[in-house]
Amino acid sequence: MKYIDEFRHQQHVELLATVINNTCTRPWTIMELCGGQTHAIMKYGIDQLLPTDITLVHGPGCPVCVTPLQAIDKAIAIAALDDVIFCTFGDMLRVPGSTKDLMTVKAEGGDVRTVYSPLEAITLAQQHPDKQVVFFAIGFETTIPTTAMAVYQAEQMGLKNFRLLVSHVRVPPAMEAILSSSENRVQGFLAAGNVCVVMGYQEYLPIAHKYQVPIVVTGFEPVDILQGILLCITQLEQGRFEVENQYGRAVRKSGNTTAQQMINRIFTPVTRPWRGLGEIAMSGFELNADYADFDAENYFQTGHITTREHEECQSGKVLQGILKPSECPEFGGRCTPESPLGATMVSAEGACAAYFAYRRQQSVTENNIQ
Amino acid sequence: MSENNYLVEACPLPIGQYDKIVMAHGGGGRLMQQLIDKLMLAEFDNDALNEKNDSAVVTINNARLAFTTDSYVVKPLFFPGGDIGKLAVCGTLNDLAMSGARPLFLSCSLIIEEGFAIDSLQKIIQSMSRQAKAAGVNIVTGDTKVVEKGKGDGLYINTSGIGVLDTPMNISPTMLQHDDVVIINGDIGRHSIAIMAEREGFKLEQPLESDCADLSGLVKLLLDGGIEIHCMRDLTRGGLATALIEISTTANKQIMLEEAAIEVPAPVRGVCEVLGLDPYYVANEGRFITVLPSTQAAQALTIMHAHSLGKRAVVIGKVDANSQAMVTLKNKIGTTRILELLSGSQLPRIC
Repeated sequence: MKYIDEFRHQQHVELLATVINNTCTRPWTIMELCGGQTHAIMKYGIDQLLPTDITLVHGPGCPVCVTPLQAIDKAIAIAALDDVIFCTFGDMLRVPGSTKDLMTVKAEGGDVRTVYSPLEAITLAQQHPDKQVVFFAIGFETTIPTTAMAVYQAEQMGLKNFRLLVSHVRVPPAMEAILSSSENRVQGFLAAGNVCVVMGYQEYLPIAHKYQVPIVVTGFEPVDILQGILLCITQLEQGRFEVENQYGRAVRKSGNTTAQQMINRIFTPVTRPWRGLGEIAMSGFELNADYADFDAENYFQTGHITTREHEECQSGKVLQGILKPSECPEFGGRCTPESPLGATMVSAEGACAAYFAYRRQQSVTENNIQ
Repeated sequence: MSENNYLVEACPLPIGQYDKIVMAHGGGGRLMQQLIDKLMLAEFDNDALNEKNDSAVVTINNARLAFTTDSYVVKPLFFPGGDIGKLAVCGTLNDLAMSGARPLFLSCSLIIEEGFAIDSLQKIIQSMSRQAKAAGVNIVTGDTKVVEKGKGDGLYINTSGIGVLDTPMNISPTMLQHDDVVIINGDIGRHSIAIMAEREGFKLEQPLESDCADLSGLVKLLLDGGIEIHCMRDLTRGGLATALIEISTTANKQIMLEEAAIEVPAPVRGVCEVLGLDPYYVANEGRFITVLPSTQAAQALTIMHAHSLGKRAVVIGKVDANSQAMVTLKNKIGTTRILELLSGSQLPRIC
């Protein structure tokens, strides 16, 4: 399959691993920002190929994991209402809120539907004019353009029964939050290639400069990730702190300006809480004043739902790269995908779920490398 | 919206212990296993059931009979490569065949939604009849219920089946031996992805049909050919990975697979790549794995290659000496990953 097989090619992988081994002379800690990259690293055992001096820590780039408990509780409250069709990406169904998850709301009779795109929610709103159709808008700059397009279409069609529960977040403020933390151990970033397809990478230039960290825009296949790591440690070894683009086959410096215009038309930056990370200034989006009628929080009056997470919850440390999933005392014991303590375990893109799925019995992997 | 006591600090408590059935309980993963173990097995507790095979094997007057049942709730009812009727007959025939039984009789229970077109029902019944005749079995009993409009998805079918074991062999995961090979009869993922494409309106460049088929004829050839089969399993809900994990767990043996040997058709791969699904966990309806001694692998492959449903049969892995319940997959890039049971169904990724 074109654009896939050549990026999973054993000889290319081995060559890159060798060059990384030859390049690396000191310990370095690199964070991959996207949950998709974390999964690829675990699925393909990429960390098995790296020198022990390189530590990969897993960033907050799983949209399900960083959606705050408060937003999930709001979703659950709205989804349980009569005359509401609540539309969500499948990943959100099993993320625990304070007392239950959306899958339980569905089992209790709530009309909860899994959709692949917010545009499906628009179709549902047209088909069910007597219902309020609510889309749970979560995710990073990758999913925001389609949500913006859905709102734009709803406006064009004059739909009065389509609402958004918005919990969209932006990557750059989270990177700054991680880098300014006193516990930070991240020395270089693999930025999420899919986010940069939309946004480009100009907004990373001041971050690389201010915090003196290399940032490499990186794809999702084994060859991409190894090449991203190589570019990153080459900069670190040489004392350079630049933004580089490994994912040139998909990412342009300016990104997709049409998508950016659509985002800016519909949304406006706002300070948002992140699960495990707390409030980060201007790290999210809300509907701008012209589109406030589409806001489910206003319509359903959910302002009183202000759940906060317990301070002892460890997933925040995992999301900041301070703790590896397997270092958590509850990992694989009290906390499993069936009974997740936090969202990093339940989401398919969560770092803890990735560790659990691919590595629970780590010793075995070593047995099988022949 | 009423004021509730939301203004609290809360640690998300484990809610794996659902007090209601959720969709994930039907996904073939760990939640379903827990439900079966804790509710059904604990209460019904008997030797035949506790084997947890696709068919129960019971002995009556020295005859070993296989008995199985399955319910079919597929949507859409008609899909490329089959329909719910064909599926209901083939699925139960396959469950019997996997225990080494020769299928004899089937039942047919219909739960029909008010308003369902008689014409569609006739097509489905004809399809069932055609499949049963081809397999040389009779549908000897049945039941019909009608539920109110909105209480069913058009039509649900339950079929049960009885077969007889002509072989004295015990075909079960407990028979796995070190150095056994794992053989599959073809590529994987066709059924689930064909249905999903039809349901969601995906436009595929290459047409894709369900692999839905009756495997009992192919299994009979292997048994008649004197192959010492240790275990068989059809790769339905949960796919190749789930079937092998269940076998490995019961056998308490490690199974090692080679990714390069497992064929995934291009359209299946394409849809899986786009949606973030793992083809090893995707359902099939005409694929099975058989575990047998490596010394008989060549002979078994020759037999299978001569049958229309086994033309692409291939060895995909082996049973390791390591007595640790686990399934590992050697990636094409040379590293190894562990295949774990999923919680429930696979969910498409967000971005």
